[in-house]
Amino acid sequence: MSRLGPRTRLAVAAARGAAVLSRRAGRGGTSLPGKVLLRIDPDAVRRLAARLPRGSAAISATNGKTTTAAMVAAILERGGTRLVHNRAGANMAGGVAASLLDGRGDLGLFEVDEMWLDGVVRDLRPRALLLGNLLRDQLDRYGELDAIADRWAALAASGAARRMVLNADDPTVADLARLAPADGEPPILFGVEDDGVALAVLQHASDATHCRRCGAPYAYEAHYLGHLGRYRCESCGARRPEPHVVARDIRLDGIRGANFQLTLPDVAGPLPIRLELPGLYNVYNALGAAALATALGASPADIAAGLQAVRPAFGRAERVRLPGRDVAILLVKNPAGANEVLRTLALEDGEHDVLAVLNDRIADGRDVSWIWDADVELLAPHVRRVVCSGTRAPEMAVRMKYAGVPSERIVVEERIDRALDDAAEHADGPLYALPTYTAMLELRALLVARGAAEGSFA
Amino acid sequence: MLRVCALYPDLLSIYADRGNLLLIERRCAWRGIGVELRSVGLGQRLDPDEHDLLYLGGGQDRDQALCARDIAEVKRDALHAAAERGVVILAVCGGYQLLGHSYRLGGESLPGAGLLDVTTVREEGPRLIGNVAIEVELPQADGPRVLAGFENHGGRTVLGPDEEPLGRVLRGHGNDGRSGHEGARRGNVIGTYMHGPLLPKNAWLADWLVQRALGLDEPLAPLDDALEDAAHACARRAAGVPA
Repeated sequence: MSRLGPRTRLAVAAARGAAVLSRRAGRGGTSLPGKVLLRIDPDAVRRLAARLPRGSAAISATNGKTTTAAMVAAILERGGTRLVHNRAGANMAGGVAASLLDGRGDLGLFEVDEMWLDGVVRDLRPRALLLGNLLRDQLDRYGELDAIADRWAALAASGAARRMVLNADDPTVADLARLAPADGEPPILFGVEDDGVALAVLQHASDATHCRRCGAPYAYEAHYLGHLGRYRCESCGARRPEPHVVARDIRLDGIRGANFQLTLPDVAGPLPIRLELPGLYNVYNALGAAALATALGASPADIAAGLQAVRPAFGRAERVRLPGRDVAILLVKNPAGANEVLRTLALEDGEHDVLAVLNDRIADGRDVSWIWDADVELLAPHVRRVVCSGTRAPEMAVRMKYAGVPSERIVVEERIDRALDDAAEHADGPLYALPTYTAMLELRALLVARGAAEGSFA
Repeated sequence: MLRVCALYPDLLSIYADRGNLLLIERRCAWRGIGVELRSVGLGQRLDPDEHDLLYLGGGQDRDQALCARDIAEVKRDALHAAAERGVVILAVCGGYQLLGHSYRLGGESLPGAGLLDVTTVREEGPRLIGNVAIEVELPQADGPRVLAGFENHGGRTVLGPDEEPLGRVLRGHGNDGRSGHEGARRGNVIGTYMHGPLLPKNAWLADWLVQRALGLDEPLAPLDDALEDAAHACARRAAGVPA
């Protein structure tokens, strides 16, 4: 602490005290100490981050922040880097401050909530900033998507991050590349090049289908996921930039995983990658992680090995075994993420038993209208039986009905414990649980209480 | 045959507006009523005689501005002719603002269709967000009914002296958070801030819209609405107005 000023030292002491009190009170409190710290010393993130010997890196996106950060951590730790990392997912300013307070390491790795990104990045001054995607999320929390895009644009132009790592396939994100200050390091772009995984039509949950520069609609040569794809503007000529980090020859393997060929800049020949995480969305997470790791100087061997070592986090396509029943948990929190889960499930053979849990607590988004933007129609023909649960269970049931699931296959049980037991008891094969965020936390507690062990369908 | 037309579906569909169209489509199909769903976009002519029900959803500011200019330049007269003919027009959120006289956003004033005597202003202050329930009295409906949904708007909408609100706010903000009014209705033209989406939470209103669009004297034949009724009750509970 010797190089910190007295105000920051005092703030750090108070924040540590808050952490102790918070733990004694039995609260997790991952961001409370950080909040205390920032209350006393609003400049604490900047001061603490400046002491990291190898600087820091930041990650933001609507979907995939936690998984991408876990991939980057797996890569960098393989190379011996000690990380200060907000693993617990507390990703607003308080959570970043709390990690800096607790952490001892060489390099900071922070996932940051998309709404609070600009303030945190201006304090962190990271070596590299990864922006993965900007998709429709809890609009009741954040107002409209354009407002976030405008804040990201101002941040990109400010040069607060020395280098940007951008998704070339997301037009809103890729457009930030042209705003990077000319005296900074050039952005690294990543993207998918495989028409085999392209969709026939734009998914309903797509948002940025109009040009950021001139407002004309984009023309797409290929749609991959939401509004991600190969696009161009026929009015002003803006088009998807050529990516430096690329996935080709993608083979999706149901909910078990994915295989692809990874091209890195200045590396001869593609690297074959086997991800133990399913779906095209995780291929994008892996590309973002590989590009950010490249910007931070990781070796190709560490990148390949790190990506392959990552296993699903709880609730993110995790597979567990209850006595007598395998359960796969697939978090769904917004239409784009839900569509990837639904598309992945539709690849599995046979008819599925489903437990769909829709909560409307603050962390889920109070507005549940997004379920109508999700392409539940993809899943409907594969539903053997669906139990709908959570605080808005009947509204999920109506969504299933209008997607084409016959009413006699739909069960409504608002209490999640009864719903889980009913679904597990009446299932014929594995049970696919699709919870929103707080529902996923409830399910976790229930599964542990019922003796769930890690398992696998493989 | 019910002829439905969505206006600017690629620009005005930010709040799950597809759910509203899906309710109309499926509930007609289950009754053996054919549905033709078309769309009209920027720069395209709207034929006032070709449709029975027009739908406008909500969009982001930038997209809404594009639509406002297109309505003023291309579709204003056709919209008035359609309303005159008794065509049902349902406009939600941004679409509602577009049916009024104008929408003032900072220094800019977007033109509107002028079908409803309302004006909207984006004020400083928080967006009006949350679950909402209102009481409505509609012609050919069986007494006062409740609509439940979710609102999320920065604009404050004020009715002209002769304009009727769609309903009275029971819980939530409504048009401006002050007047106790929600939405506006003139004959078969309805504007509202209620999404969530509106019709999946209030299936009876979908049926009412179809009845009016087809000019039927009697309500549509009932369906098995056990799930729909439960969803309505759930949305009412969320708004704090249990049945």
